[in-house]
Amino acid sequence: MSGSTTATANMPTATPHRPATGFWRRALRHRSFVLGGALVLLVFAAALVSLVWTPWPPYDIDIAAKLKPPSAAHWLGTDALGRDVVSLLLVGARSTILVGVIAVGIGLTFGVCLGLTAAALRGWVGELIMRMSDFTFAFPAVLSAIMLAAAIGPGMVTSIIAIGIFQIPIFVRVTRGSANAVWAREFVLAARASGKGRFRITIEHVMPNILSLLIVQATIQFALAILAEAALSYLGLGTQPPQPSWGRMLNDAQTLLFQEPSLAVYPGVAIAIAVEGLNLLGDGLRDLLDPRLARER
Amino acid sequence: MSIFILRRIVALAATLIGASLIIFLVLDALPGNAAQMLMGADASPDAVRALTIKLGLDLPLPYRYLQWIQGMAVGDLGNSYVYGTSVAGLIADRLVLTVPLAAMSMLITVVLALAAGIYTAANHNKIGDVGVMSLTQIGIALPNFWFAILLILLFAVKLQWLSAGGFAGWDAGVWEGIRSLLLPAISLALVQAAILARVTRSAVLEVLREDFVRTARAKGLSKREALWGHVLRNAMIPVMTVMGLQFANLLAGTIVIENVFYLPGLGRLIFQSIANRDLIVVRNCVMLLAAMVVTVNFVVDVLYAFIDPRIKVHNL
Repeated sequence: MSGSTTATANMPTATPHRPATGFWRRALRHRSFVLGGALVLLVFAAALVSLVWTPWPPYDIDIAAKLKPPSAAHWLGTDALGRDVVSLLLVGARSTILVGVIAVGIGLTFGVCLGLTAAALRGWVGELIMRMSDFTFAFPAVLSAIMLAAAIGPGMVTSIIAIGIFQIPIFVRVTRGSANAVWAREFVLAARASGKGRFRITIEHVMPNILSLLIVQATIQFALAILAEAALSYLGLGTQPPQPSWGRMLNDAQTLLFQEPSLAVYPGVAIAIAVEGLNLLGDGLRDLLDPRLARER
Repeated sequence: MSIFILRRIVALAATLIGASLIIFLVLDALPGNAAQMLMGADASPDAVRALTIKLGLDLPLPYRYLQWIQGMAVGDLGNSYVYGTSVAGLIADRLVLTVPLAAMSMLITVVLALAAGIYTAANHNKIGDVGVMSLTQIGIALPNFWFAILLILLFAVKLQWLSAGGFAGWDAGVWEGIRSLLLPAISLALVQAAILARVTRSAVLEVLREDFVRTARAKGLSKREALWGHVLRNAMIPVMTVMGLQFANLLAGTIVIENVFYLPGLGRLIFQSIANRDLIVVRNCVMLLAAMVVTVNFVVDVLYAFIDPRIKVHNL
């Protein structure tokens, strides 16, 4: 809930200390937030449920039951190895969320630290950080993953590192841009006049004021991370079999397009639900946490 | 203006050198011995040593790096460890597919996005705006390779109008070549167009609210004249920034899409080379793609200054 209090602190309204319940009251009336939140909850719930229960064991191969159409036993049918598609989708949600959360965590941690440093120190340090982050833009996630796959081999770790590195410069830019705006405000000048150091100002004044923006950005980046993870596992650079992943399922389904086209539909719908949910949630959070940004859209 | 461009060129050169260093270190220093990787774990040490010397991998790293840079400057990228043929030749053969594919999808992206973005901004909050924006909202959430698979399902499996993959080659005629690249280009473009349409819409809407537009309307210009005469040029700055970034996405996207459609382009070459452990080919392909991304961003930066003269003043 810290996000809501930060956002209200940003707002030039007559009610600077809106209670937490006020945020939820507004949030639950916001269409994007509610729809996005519901979709994201659905994906997270699928991942959590898969930890304790799946309709069928997801790793068990049963060639006799291969390519079965949807039925009461197998709600979405079975794949070419006779594995239950619903079980694979549930466990696939886990891989997707795991890679997304860690990759965004890497981008957020490094990006925010570097962005805050660049804003606080300016000068050549700031310039160096910005040039370095510009230069990281030369490597889209797929390129980094290709290099890492060639060097250390494909796998979940490769995709996490590649997507994480790709996220860093985005967070550096967002953090530095918004932190610079805070540094230019009068209350920071007052804090400096009262003898606070750059580090303390960054922690006490800059960080809380850019938090809502970072939450919104992290939500959007999570969506991009899911798309990148799906692409990498589709290419065989990310999550490796037998661990199920949505991208990998699409790759397997492509070879069976003429026999069982529906297998190529379900994992794509799952990816689209996760990404659409996060995008809508990000839009909703942006409107709710920082109304100024919403007006600028 | 010349100082602005000069500064940008220096930044471009520095970025390219930085990128080449990272690529070289990751692909040539991290994996240990490329000769060992090529020959497999069972190879005898003598054979590995002989191949190491033959490939020049026993030379010091800084020397090999400089040798690579020097070679790139004159277009000599060395020979493939696996095929023994020139890497430059291998890449050139594949670029005749990848470059037209990227260009076609960029063209489709720009045409669709500008049309949709301008239309929705001009019809703000009307039914057309809401409809197109809902479509773009869905478009953004679709992975391009899944959209490609859906297109194959529809046009190749159900309707059987186009082939499910492969490339007829330019020798079979320009039309045949374009036909093979049509579905890949559309699947790459639609997702990017959804993003760019949204950016275009908000950029145009923002400029429409500016005072000078009100002045232009007050002078007697129609909404359409104000839009085409004043708004679009000013709205193009954020649109171009995103276009530059999108080109990077398109290039990365071609790697994925070429694999969906089994197209023998740069992306397929990279994957074959990873499978064959032909690191010299991977290294040069990655460098080429990174250089393309950086160069396009450089061109966008310079073009800004022509579109908006205020930028070069701020950057001087």
